[in-house]
Amino acid sequence: MAGLDLTVPTGECFGLLGPNGAGKTTTIEILEGLTPPDGGDVQVLGTPWRDGAEGRALRERLGIQLQETQLADKLTVTETVTLFRSFYRRSHTVDEVLALVELEEKRGARVSTLSGGQKQRLAVACALVSRPELLFLDEPTTGLDPQSRRQLWEIIRKFKVAGGTVLLTTHYMEEAERLCDRVAIMDHGKVIALGTPAELIASLGADQIVEFALSDGSTPAGLDALPGVKGVRPGPDRIALTVAQVHRAVPALLGLVERQGAELSLLATHQATLDDVFVALTGRQLRDE
Amino acid sequence: MNEHPLYQLTLARMREFYREPEAVFWVFGFPIVLAFALGLAFRNSGPGELKVGVATGAGDSALAATLDASPQLGAAVLDSGAARLRLRTGRIALLVVPGDPVVYRYDSTRTESRLARLEVDDALQRARGRSDPARVRDERIVEAGSRYIDFLIPGLLGMNLLGSGIWGVGFSVVQARQKKLLKRFMATPMRRSHYLLGFILSRLVFLFVEVIALVGFGRLMFGVGVRGSVFGLAAITILGALAFAGLGLLVASRARTIEGVSGLMNLVMLPMWILSGTFFSYARFPDAMIPFVKALPLTALNDALRAVMIDGSALTGLGAPLAIVAAWGAVSFVIALRIFRWR
Repeated sequence: MAGLDLTVPTGECFGLLGPNGAGKTTTIEILEGLTPPDGGDVQVLGTPWRDGAEGRALRERLGIQLQETQLADKLTVTETVTLFRSFYRRSHTVDEVLALVELEEKRGARVSTLSGGQKQRLAVACALVSRPELLFLDEPTTGLDPQSRRQLWEIIRKFKVAGGTVLLTTHYMEEAERLCDRVAIMDHGKVIALGTPAELIASLGADQIVEFALSDGSTPAGLDALPGVKGVRPGPDRIALTVAQVHRAVPALLGLVERQGAELSLLATHQATLDDVFVALTGRQLRDE
Repeated sequence: MNEHPLYQLTLARMREFYREPEAVFWVFGFPIVLAFALGLAFRNSGPGELKVGVATGAGDSALAATLDASPQLGAAVLDSGAARLRLRTGRIALLVVPGDPVVYRYDSTRTESRLARLEVDDALQRARGRSDPARVRDERIVEAGSRYIDFLIPGLLGMNLLGSGIWGVGFSVVQARQKKLLKRFMATPMRRSHYLLGFILSRLVFLFVEVIALVGFGRLMFGVGVRGSVFGLAAITILGALAFAGLGLLVASRARTIEGVSGLMNLVMLPMWILSGTFFSYARFPDAMIPFVKALPLTALNDALRAVMIDGSALTGLGAPLAIVAAWGAVSFVIALRIFRWR
């Protein structure tokens, strides 16, 4: 971790984005007071981490979900939440928090019988039970199916609407775009970009991406000069163009390909995303999927 | 009260334990099965009827009938092949060869055979007209507490306290560490001392079930009583359970994997199972080893348990062994707290 300088204001949802191994978990665990930093100054809710009573007082105000925690298999949903609830002075009732994460129907079920999405919602319930001011979520939706993922997004959105501050890590750019007011893109332990999702996408200079490939795998010359093209990124199996005006760039591209006597094997366009920002910054894809 | 973290942690520990059928068997069922099997195998029924053979020859069946009439003996006529085989395999203790002189063939290193020699000779001489000059009368007594099962039950109780303390605490701690649950708890305002105390309190609750099950079984099945005070027994078992829970915490204080902690547990428990006089008296070990053996916590606990259960000693006379048990517990607990890996 090098030279990380961040301030997250109250009421914001802040995302730490990056591929696996970028240092997101280390960063969030330093903020959670679980890993001591090698150096620097960390303040959470205006308080530095201290041992003993001060640390416990700070923890009263936080809700934390860790990436790899497996809750006790033999306990039921209600028992698990009741246990976590007992650690806090101020808290939601078990019913309230189960309603928040929509696990009321599973209250008597053993943790071992829950699906991946339900387990994750239970983990978030254990984080929310303390009525936290600040919620830490480390890869809350990794490995979940799309429906479970949307359910969790809704839970996080409601928490934010109610005035809570969220700090989450993810390697899903879509998740960050949907949930976060600001994101920091991390790679190799460094923040390489910081801003609102819209700002980061705007930094590409254009908001549309045109991807194409030629059947002979070659890269035509003169792409830079096409009207509306702001950037050219050759990839392993396709070439991505960042363009401002698709309606002008695509006909021009087709004309160029035809003049060179080549044939297209792929042509696609999409709205620029944080994925494109990451690729533009690092030259690598965020995910291998 | 029922929202207190210590109560909830203790409750969670208990639920995790009794919802694991294997653990319940190893803690409650296994010692009873062991007591039952060993109690049957080593029951003190006395030597019973001694089997002897009479070799074929003149007057063999009359001789066999004479011997068989003695309540201590069972005699049968055997041909020489069968007689040799049975003598060698121990199915008869002695072979009587009729004639003049009558020959007793037996292995003098076997206690049973020497006993048979006395009984056979006595029966034979009386039948041939021996008269005893002194009048004697037998007075039989049964000394409670002198049987093997009386020795065994307190030993099993001690072994059980050791096993459930170390397994019960050690496995759960390491499992919670491996599953990152320990780290998750560290992310809450939970007090570390509450977490550790939860283990100890849940041990004390199960302790009562364990002790009542094993002592009750010994009482009902084999008539093993408690000569000393039940209060004394309770105090010793509580001290033992606390000490072994401390030892369990120490064993589990650093290990990151179940495999790692299993090795450590065996390293701690196996020597004590053998050395500490659970199944046989540690007095059988060479004199030079005895002070070392006596310093082990299970030896001290077993000694104290036997003193109360068999000899009916009062707690006040058991200062030395109880101090050893308490010292092991306190030192383990303090070291465990110092070196405990919370993540």
